[in-house]
Amino acid sequence: MYKLLLCQRYLRTRYIALASIISVTLGVATMIVVNSVMAGFGSEMRNRIQGILSDIIVETRSMNGEFDPEAHMQRIRELAGKYISGVTATVEVHAILSYKSHYDDYVPHPVNLVAIVPESKAEVGPLIDYLQSYHSHTVNGRNVPAERSRTEPLGWELTPDAMARRQEKADYYRKMAKLRNQLRAQREPEESNPSDPFAESPAVETANSENDDDAGKLQKGRLYVGVGLATYLAIDPDTKETKTYNMIQPGDDVRITTYSAGTPSPKYFIATVVDTFKTGMSEYDSNLVYCNLEQLQEVRGMIRHNEDGTETRAFTSLQIKLKDYKDAPKVIDILRANFSAENFNVNTWEQRQGPLLAAVDVESSILNILLFLIITVAGFGILAIFFMIVVEKTRDIGILKALGASSSGVMSIFLTYGLLLGMVGAGAGVGVGLLFVYYINQIEKFITFATGREVFPEKIYYFKDIPTHVDPFTVFWVAFGAVMIAVMASVLPARRAAHLRPVQALRYE
Amino acid sequence: MALTMAYQIKEHCLAEDGQAVAQDLTCFHGTEAMSTTIMTSNNPLLRESVPMPVPHVAALAVQKAYRKGEHSVPVLHGVDISVRKGEFLSIIGQSGSGKSTLMHLIGLLDSPDIGEVQLEGQRIDDLPVRTRDELRNRVFGFVFQFYHLLPELSLMENVLTPLMIRHSIWNYWARRREFQDRAKAMIDRVGLGHRLTHKPSELSGGEMQRAAIARALVAQPEILLADEPTGNLDAKTGREIIDLMSRLNEREQLTIIMVTHDKSIAAEAHRTVRLCEGRIETLTDAA
Repeated sequence: MYKLLLCQRYLRTRYIALASIISVTLGVATMIVVNSVMAGFGSEMRNRIQGILSDIIVETRSMNGEFDPEAHMQRIRELAGKYISGVTATVEVHAILSYKSHYDDYVPHPVNLVAIVPESKAEVGPLIDYLQSYHSHTVNGRNVPAERSRTEPLGWELTPDAMARRQEKADYYRKMAKLRNQLRAQREPEESNPSDPFAESPAVETANSENDDDAGKLQKGRLYVGVGLATYLAIDPDTKETKTYNMIQPGDDVRITTYSAGTPSPKYFIATVVDTFKTGMSEYDSNLVYCNLEQLQEVRGMIRHNEDGTETRAFTSLQIKLKDYKDAPKVIDILRANFSAENFNVNTWEQRQGPLLAAVDVESSILNILLFLIITVAGFGILAIFFMIVVEKTRDIGILKALGASSSGVMSIFLTYGLLLGMVGAGAGVGVGLLFVYYINQIEKFITFATGREVFPEKIYYFKDIPTHVDPFTVFWVAFGAVMIAVMASVLPARRAAHLRPVQALRYE
Repeated sequence: MALTMAYQIKEHCLAEDGQAVAQDLTCFHGTEAMSTTIMTSNNPLLRESVPMPVPHVAALAVQKAYRKGEHSVPVLHGVDISVRKGEFLSIIGQSGSGKSTLMHLIGLLDSPDIGEVQLEGQRIDDLPVRTRDELRNRVFGFVFQFYHLLPELSLMENVLTPLMIRHSIWNYWARRREFQDRAKAMIDRVGLGHRLTHKPSELSGGEMQRAAIARALVAQPEILLADEPTGNLDAKTGREIIDLMSRLNEREQLTIIMVTHDKSIAAEAHRTVRLCEGRIETLTDAA
């Protein structure tokens, strides 16, 4: 009883010890904030990667792919149908996307070209959440309303606005071409030097122009292009504000260059950009292009014509969405057993992104170790202050022993004191940390306002708000660890107090 | 351990049964009367022929030396002292004569290098640490020159400390009313009833010493060890403290050993032992 009473009194009267606990508080708060923000970023990133990749990916080892996706998908459903909520077949190849710049030359971009069937792709990932025509979004401070309702089925058609824009552009190009032809016709009699290598013949011109002729009629190839490819951010020289510039807009035609199946040889096709998408992962937004499956299969020669007049198409990967991701190991086992490792590679999205996820994990654990060192430093502060308190309390310890308190009783006074201090510090730290996490966006705005420098530019991180995720387990372990450190720091001073002989402690003269 | 048990039971009787106390006191008087006759006799032969009653507490040929660096500083050179039940003994001597050390040895705050300390004929200085802690709590009550109250606690809490130490949390919590009443009664007896919630820093020296006595007595000890209880007080307040102690000695047959260097204070005791350089010099009024 006297132990608790004394602890409580010491806690209330020794402000110096409370000062030592502030470092524990700060350490705990920092750990909670850092962990929450890292977990927030991590889970956002994982969600996005998982959304793009789907849960389980069955890839063919060869870029030629395997024939008959329907049969394979049927087989997968038979084998593991009870775990699966969706399967889709895709063809994934490397490609170059080239678009015409304002100066009439082509700008190439290396891309990952994924040929999909939108309806079935939507079964394995939230495609509709990414496509921008389905969402209102902000461009240059202006709100662009959603052009389609979410109930509208996915497809490869243009929105009316994009169609109008396309026609307008086509008209413009047609007029320009007409003007140019007239000009050339006027000039031709006088020009006696037709050997100019850069002079374009009218025939070549029409063949090359994507927008010139078939105005309004879309190309056979249709694309969804990542926003990172379609736009770029730059500082407007006039207003000094970050502005989004469009390079590719829905309705534009671009050129896709890839290679054929079998013996690789270059292939290209012209495709109409139907929509842009934004996943929030810059890696995907600036590298990924979705294309209609039939077109790519055709261009790459992935169609086998059977004798009975039917045709069989090929795929390079099957994306599988599970009802519950926890079943992934079971499904992986089933699929690996049934799809020969010679031809197929069966992985979860995590296994495919292994190095990235591992790097994030390592980063977070190292950060945690470093932050915990801060709390340990705080522990040494407690140790020092406790020694001081023990010296200061030497006489009181002597009194207690004279009144019959045992060594272990005296020791437990100081251990309990350490425990209480740790609990107060860790509790305050948890409170401060959680409040900080809760108001992190307001705090960010304030710091931005106060320093005049953007702490969290959307341009870099792709997030409007700082994502946070508070894991109760992490909070518990951080608080528990801090309390333990406080207790451990009080062990040495407590032992010293316990081993004081009463006479030593009472010798006052 | 058995010894401790015995004290526990005894303490219980004292605590719970006022009649038991009274009975105890009556038998006490008997012994007292008998021993007084022995003591007042001047015939040494007679003294030896009659069996001595077992002294309440005794130090037998205790020697103690403190180490100061490499040197061993002897403090006590074989001191014999024994106190009867209900006796008020004062030890006087100059500073450094070893009187405080002797008292610490008797009160088990320290252990002798050679010799032993006995309580009712049983050796207690070599008992296990836990048992000695218990004896300090139950048998001995301490009063110090500098009062030694715990500064963080109120007067009431200070007085309750020995009881808190004695009982476990649950036990204490269950009986806290009883203990509080007991402490309050004790504080009233020393005349501080109006100061219950004051901190020691808000009390005067005399009040603090009276509080310390209340703390020593609330545990109902058998032996009160007072180390210069008046050393820090003015003559008048010191006199009050001594009167309080004498009254306790007379009314409750409390065995008191008091260390002092003030002869007039020492004269209040039944018997005075003078220590000089670690040896007993004279026993005034001693048998």
